Amino acid sequence: MSIEVKYAKYVAKDYKSDQYVRWCPGCGDHAVLNCLHKAMAELSIPPHKTAVISGIGCSSRLPYYMNTYGFHTIHGRGAAIATGVKTAQPDLSVWLITGDGDCLAIGGNHFIHAVRRNVDLNIVLFNNKIYGLTKGQYSPTSDRGFVSKSSPFGTVEEPFIPAELTLGSRGTFFARSIDVDLKNSTDILIASAKHKGTSVVEVLVNCVIFNDGTHKEIADKENRADRTIFLRHGEKMLFGKENEKGLVLDGLKLKVVTIGQDGYTLDDILVHDAKTPENTMHLLLSMMSGDMPVALGVIRDVDSFVYGEELHKQIEEVQAKKPIRKLKEFLMSGEIWQVK
Amino acid sequence: MAEQTKVTTLEKVVVRFSGDSGDGMQLTGTIFSNLSAILGNDISTFPDFPAEIRAPQGTLSGVSGFQVHLGSRKIYTPGDKADVLVAMNPAALKVNVKNIKQNAIVIIDTDSFQKNDLTKALFTTDEPFEELGLTSAQVVAVPISTMVKDGLVEFELDNKSALRCKNMFALGLVCWLFERPLEEAMHMLQNKFAKKPAIVKANIKALTDGYNYGHNTHATVSTYRIESTNVEPAFYTDVNGNKATSYGLIAAAEKADLRLFLGSYPITPATDILHELAKRKDLGVITVQAEDEIAGVCTAIGASFAGCLAATSTSGPGLALKSEAIGLAVIAEIPLVVVDVQRGGPSTGMPTKSEQTDLMQALYGRNGESPAVVLAASTPTDCFDAAFWAGKLAVEHMTPVILLTDSFIANGSSAWKIPDLENYPAITPNYVTNYKGEAPWKPYLRDEESLVRYWAVPGMEDFMHRIGGLEKDYETSAISTDAANHQKMVTVRQAKVDYISNYIPYQIVEGDQDAELLIVGWGGTYGHLYEAMEDMQDQGKKVALAHFKFIQPLPKNTAEVLARFKKVVVVEQNNGQFANYLRGKISGFNPYQFNRVKGQPFVVSRLVEEFTKLLEA
Repeated sequence: MSIEVKYAKYVAKDYKSDQYVRWCPGCGDHAVLNCLHKAMAELSIPPHKTAVISGIGCSSRLPYYMNTYGFHTIHGRGAAIATGVKTAQPDLSVWLITGDGDCLAIGGNHFIHAVRRNVDLNIVLFNNKIYGLTKGQYSPTSDRGFVSKSSPFGTVEEPFIPAELTLGSRGTFFARSIDVDLKNSTDILIASAKHKGTSVVEVLVNCVIFNDGTHKEIADKENRADRTIFLRHGEKMLFGKENEKGLVLDGLKLKVVTIGQDGYTLDDILVHDAKTPENTMHLLLSMMSGDMPVALGVIRDVDSFVYGEELHKQIEEVQAKKPIRKLKEFLMSGEIWQVK
Repeated sequence: MAEQTKVTTLEKVVVRFSGDSGDGMQLTGTIFSNLSAILGNDISTFPDFPAEIRAPQGTLSGVSGFQVHLGSRKIYTPGDKADVLVAMNPAALKVNVKNIKQNAIVIIDTDSFQKNDLTKALFTTDEPFEELGLTSAQVVAVPISTMVKDGLVEFELDNKSALRCKNMFALGLVCWLFERPLEEAMHMLQNKFAKKPAIVKANIKALTDGYNYGHNTHATVSTYRIESTNVEPAFYTDVNGNKATSYGLIAAAEKADLRLFLGSYPITPATDILHELAKRKDLGVITVQAEDEIAGVCTAIGASFAGCLAATSTSGPGLALKSEAIGLAVIAEIPLVVVDVQRGGPSTGMPTKSEQTDLMQALYGRNGESPAVVLAASTPTDCFDAAFWAGKLAVEHMTPVILLTDSFIANGSSAWKIPDLENYPAITPNYVTNYKGEAPWKPYLRDEESLVRYWAVPGMEDFMHRIGGLEKDYETSAISTDAANHQKMVTVRQAKVDYISNYIPYQIVEGDQDAELLIVGWGGTYGHLYEAMEDMQDQGKKVALAHFKFIQPLPKNTAEVLARFKKVVVVEQNNGQFANYLRGKISGFNPYQFNRVKGQPFVVSRLVEEFTKLLEA
C-alpha cells in the first residue's frame, strides 16, 4: 500500500528545484513558495504537466524554484504569455506568478483581459504595495500619501484594489490571504487551482526591506481575529476572538454587529455565498477596510465559460462539419482552374 | 451588318476598373482577371481601395479601383499605367487620370456623367475630358445605366437592384473588347450568388447585354487578342500575399507536424492574415485576437513554449511594440515567426500605402545584441515560400524569424500554382529526444554543428526546466551574470543565426551573367525590378538582377556575387537601409543607390530611365 501511495501522490519536494532561493531573509515570498509546493503536492498534478509563468519583479523569480516547466518572461507580460501556453496546451496546469507592479501597472491590460476571457490560469498576485527589485518606489496598490523614494512627499494618486479590478473585469474567482497564514494560504491556492477559469489569489506579503509592516495591522496574530474576517462558502460571516462579531446588511452597505447587542442574533448574520454569479456582495466584502475587517479566504468562485475550452470546442465543431485536414485538400476545394 | 471590327494582337495589357466604393469594381476586376488566367494569360492584379470605409457617393475620396495586368508572357507587376479604363462616374475618371496612358480607351457610363455628377467630382465645366487634358483618349461613351435598366425590365427588379448590375454590363463590354468568351464569367457569377438565383440571372443578362452592345455597335475601332502563355499544366488559384503568407505558415506547421498558433492584433495592412487563419479551424489552426500588439506576440511566445509553431502578424508600428518580446524569444531561444506587412511610416504614417522602411527595425530594433533571422517575400505568391521558410528556420534553429512583406504584395494577387507539399523540404524540430550527450541534459545545451539548443515541450516527462529573459550559464543553464559567460552567450547566439547560411540556398543572379549593371533589390519590389531588367534587355542592354529573400543571414555567396559586377545599384523604397546593411557586411562594397519613399510602387519606365543613365555614366 505504501508503494502505491508513493507513486500515486507527489510530495512537496517533488516540486522544488535545486536552485538556491535568493529572496531576502524574512521576505514574505518564502512562505508563499512553501505553500505553493504544498498545494501542488496536495493537488498532485505531475510536475511535467505543470507550467509556472512569471513576469518581472521579486516574486517573478519563483519559477526558478519550481521543479516544473517554468518561464520567467518580461515585465508585465506574464498574463499574455500564460494565455498562450494554456490555449496551446489546455491540459497543462498553468500558474502565473506576479506582483503588484508587474500585474497592475505595466501588465494591467494583459491582466484584465486574461480575467475577462476567463483563461484557466491560477494567478498568484504577491501584493507588498512596493517596487522591491528596483529598490523602493510606490506601486499601483500603495495607499494615497505613501512616502517612498519616488514619492518623497507622499503619493497624490488612488491605489487599485486588486479585488475591485478583478470583479470589474468580470472575474470568476477571487481570494485573498496573508503570507504568514500558511494553512489558509495553502488551502486557498488549492481552491484556486480547482477553479476552472482565471483565479486570482491576492497574497498580502511583507517586504522586509522597503515596506516592512505594511500589512502589520491585519497580519499580526493579536490583531488578526478582530481586523480580518475569513470567509468560507456556506458559513456565517463571523469574526473576532470568540467569533462574537458578524456582518449584516444595512441598506446597501455592510455593517459590523456584535451578537447579543442591539438585538442582533446569530440568525441575523449573513451567510457567505461565493458561488452566486451576482458579484455585488463579493465587491462589498472585498472592499472592506478601515473600521471594517479585511476579507480573507475565497470571496468569489463561480462557474462560467472558459476561454481555451470554448476555443478548442469551436475547432472541433468546425472539424466535425468539414472533413478537410490538409492544406492541399483545402486549396483544391476552393476556386481553382486547371491548365492542361 | 457593318464591316468586321479589326483585331489587334497584344503581348500585354493593363485594364483598370474604377467606380464608387459601392459599384462592385473589386468583383468585376476579380472575375476579369480570373477568366483571363483560365484562358491561359499570366496575370497580376492590385486593388486600390479608398482610405475611407464609405465615403459619400460620387466623390473623389470614394473611388475604388482594381487594376489587372495580363499578358501572353510572364507578368510581374500590376502595370504602371492602364491601357483601358472603366470609369463608372466622373470622380473615377478624375482620380485615375494619372494612372492611364494618354491614348487609353476610356469606357464611361454617360448616365453618370450628368451635371450634378460632375459637380460632385469637382469639375467646373461640362467637358470633363478636356478639363483633364485627356484629348487623345479613345472615349467609349455608353448610357450603361439606361441600357441595364431597359435590359432588366422583364426581371421586375427595383431600380436600385437593377442598377447594381451596371458593373456586369461594363464587364461584358470589356470581355468583348478582349475577345473573352463569357462562359467562365457566368460560371463565376453562379458560384458567387449561388443562393440568389434571381440575382445570377440579372447579372448574366447585363453581362451578355454589355458584350452584345460592343459587338453590335463596334464600340471601338479594334478589339484585342492576348495569346495564351506557356503556363505549366497544373491546378491554379488566385491568391494575394496575405493569404499566401497564411497558407505558407499552415504548410510549415503541417510539414513539422506541429499545431499552428497565431496571436495577433488587428492592424492595416496585416489583418487579413488573422482573418484567413481564424477561418482555418478546419485545419486545426488556433488564433487568438489579443488585447494589443504586445499580447499578440506574447501569446505566440507562450504557445511556442508549449510546443506550437507560433506566429504573430503585424505592421511597422506593431513591430515596434513587439520588440521587447522578440528579444525574449531571442534569449529564451524559442521558435517564433513575426510577419511584418510593411506600410508607410513613421508612426501611423500611411497605413494603406506600401514601403520597405522596416528593414533596420527588423534587423536591429531590439535592446542588447539580439540577432534574429530576417526574410523578405518578393511577390504575392512568393509569400507562401517565404512564410514556409520562416516557419522552417524558426523551428529548426530555435529562433525568432521576422518575415517582411509589404502592403503592395500583401494586397496584390496573381495566379498561383497550387503547391504539392511533397516538393517542399522536411521540417525537423530539434527535440530534446535528439540529445545524445554524456552530460545530463540542460535547456541551453546545444547541437555542436548548428548551435541549436534542444526543444523540451511542457508535458514531456523528465525534462522539466526553466527558461527566461535573464542571461543563463552556457553549461548549467542557471541564471548567470558572469562576464566571460555573457561574452560567450552573446557570441554563440550570433553564431547560431550566422550558421543558418549553411542551411539556405545560394543567391541567384537573373539576367545576363556578364551584365554591365547588376540591380540589387529585396522584398516586394521584385516584379518592378525584373520588368525593368527585361525591358532593358529588350533594348539590347546587358543587365542582371540579384533579388534577396534571405537578409539575415545573407546567402553564403553574397560577397562573391556582388563583387562579380562592375556596376551595382541597390534599389529600395526607403533611404538606403539594405545598401547600408550590405556596406556593413561586405567590406569595400560601395554601390549606387536608387531610393524612393512615396508609398507607391516603383514605375518601371522610371526605373529603366534611371538604370540607363547609370549604364551610360
